[in-house]
Amino acid sequence: MKNVTLRMAWRNLWRHGKRTWLTVGAMIFSNTLLVFSISLQFGSYDMMINNSLQAFSGHIQLQHPRYLKQPKMRYAVPAINARAQGLREQLGMSAISARATGFALASSEERSYGLQIIGVDANHEPLVSTLPGLVKRGRYLQAEAVEEIVIGSVLARNLKVEIGDELTFIGSGFDDSFAAGVVRVVGIFESGISDLDRSMAQVNLGYFQDVFAMQGQGHSIVIRARHIEDVDPLMSSLSITTANLDNLAVRHWDELQPGLRQAIQADMTSAWFMYIVLIVLVAFSVLNTQLMSVLERTREFGTMMALGLKPARLARLIMLETGLMTGLGLIIGIGIGALLTGYLSVVGFSYPGMAEMADKFNLPDHMYPTISTLSLILGPGIVALGSLLAAIYPALRLNRLRPIEAMRAV
Amino acid sequence: MSAIHCHQLCKTFKQGDEIITGLDHVDLTIETGEFVCLSGPSGSGKTTLLNAIGGLDTPDSGEIHMGDIRIDQLERGALADMRLRHIGFVFQAYNLIPVLSAQENVEFVMQVQGVSAQERARKAREILQEVGLEGMEDRRPAQLSGGQQQRVAVARAIVSHPDLVLADEPTANLDSVASAHLMGLFASLNEHHRITFVISTHDKRVMGYARRLIGMRDGKIISDETQ
Ligand SMILES: Nc1ncnc2c1ncn2[C@@H]1O[C@H](COP(=O)(O)OP(=O)(O)OP(=O)(O)O)[C@@H](O)[C@H]1O
Ligand SMILES: [Mg+2]
Repeated sequence: MKNVTLRMAWRNLWRHGKRTWLTVGAMIFSNTLLVFSISLQFGSYDMMINNSLQAFSGHIQLQHPRYLKQPKMRYAVPAINARAQGLREQLGMSAISARATGFALASSEERSYGLQIIGVDANHEPLVSTLPGLVKRGRYLQAEAVEEIVIGSVLARNLKVEIGDELTFIGSGFDDSFAAGVVRVVGIFESGISDLDRSMAQVNLGYFQDVFAMQGQGHSIVIRARHIEDVDPLMSSLSITTANLDNLAVRHWDELQPGLRQAIQADMTSAWFMYIVLIVLVAFSVLNTQLMSVLERTREFGTMMALGLKPARLARLIMLETGLMTGLGLIIGIGIGALLTGYLSVVGFSYPGMAEMADKFNLPDHMYPTISTLSLILGPGIVALGSLLAAIYPALRLNRLRPIEAMRAV
Repeated sequence: MSAIHCHQLCKTFKQGDEIITGLDHVDLTIETGEFVCLSGPSGSGKTTLLNAIGGLDTPDSGEIHMGDIRIDQLERGALADMRLRHIGFVFQAYNLIPVLSAQENVEFVMQVQGVSAQERARKAREILQEVGLEGMEDRRPAQLSGGQQQRVAVARAIVSHPDLVLADEPTANLDSVASAHLMGLFASLNEHHRITFVISTHDKRVMGYARRLIGMRDGKIISDETQ
């Protein structure tokens, strides 16, 4: 180190080693915490997206172009089974399933409720949706069987039906014809997603098409990507191929579940509120440390000014000292944060009560933080920035110093 | 540049309602290469005069010329530059930077002056040798005696060959041996480098080194003898 100023700055830090470590410690603590919680946050968003998409909507759907805005029966996709099969072959993926959707009034012996009734391909539906796995009583639909229905747990309670009971439903079919049927409840699912549990029912697609006079049509082809990262490439390859598949819109999960993005954004906002409180606390601790350190060294600064140093030069010294302190907190904080988070991203992380909840809702029983360059540097970067900003005030105070008075200070 | 000319310098201080005279219409001319001692009782204005000449404090009225420059009219930044390049200060309390070694204390000012790292190191070593601190380059101020610290301060003040060295009671904290050593050093630097020295002191033995002795009282110059 040839640079005397740099050496001086470094040694000045250790004149009050304990105090410096306390400030650096606060930085290390918050940097570690930020790396961990931002990574966990990113991880939980991934999980949130995956879980809520995997429950029902899938990552991508192919629909009639007008169906998204106006989910009406007549905006249908012709020969939907063949199309789904075509896509499965073309993309080499099996997690592709056709559905049709209608609305009906369902009646048990005692009560009537409105419900959304979905015709599904019982062979492929379990590959795109977790709902079939969430049947808690009875069983899921079987491919060949007709006149069977699987309903949500809340709906079952409302209708006061049990496995084996019969349910009558009436609605309007594709051509506004009268659609009605009698089905036997074979399964009751419990997804933990109240919309689904309260008002959804599933029947076999073939049966649905008969009853609702769909003539082989359906409303959506649901695709579940292997990973969330695969969605965008898949989207673009689909957009190309569906240009040939006349008149089908390719819908991203963002469009299918607009609430999800908003929920993530809301969570992000509240999390950042916490982070900012943390960052402000660190900044104040830096402010305090550097203010004290400037006051203590009044005499020394007076001498330096008498020798001909300008306040700006002394201010740079303070910023350099803060920079060194910040750098130390940054490196150690990111290091510990990365180790901790990296470890937990492999073995997973769980809190008391999580396992029971996970079991109940068919969720993973561990959370996995997602470590990335962004999650490593975002928080610590802002801490560093806040610390440097906080040091500006003590640095500027040097402007007020007059050498004679300063040298007289003890 | 160092010929100093003060004309009708006045400076007062306010302490509560009281107005204290620091300098009272001081006229003074010091030529380049002179070795001047300011003497006088406590409170007579020696420090005030040195501070005014060094641009550390501005007089209420009067003029201070250093060469062609009126330093009483310079703004803060220009004054700092002038001190950095043309004036060396030696303070009563040494005022070294405690975290830097003797060598680094001397180098630090040179770094601010923009001297290259190699030249800094060489010059600092030479000057420390000249003030008799060979082998103590790496000691921190706390590991040096008062006399040694003051010699580091002198080395720091003269390393870049200023035109003028201002020393305010440099021997006040030194024993007689160290004082004699320091004054001998000043005299030799004055002789060999033609650096102008203005030294304030109470000490009769220090005055003995002076070739010009200025006496002050109540902010006025009351005697001015060249020996
Ligand atoms: N900042 C100040 N505020 C008020 N009065 C001051 C200030 N600085 C100096 N004085 C007064 O001005 C007068 C001259 O002070 P100065 O420090 O120049 O004396 P001095 O000759 O250096 O004395 P000493 O030998 O004790 O150092 C004194 O009466 C002193 O009390
Ligand atoms: Mg004095």
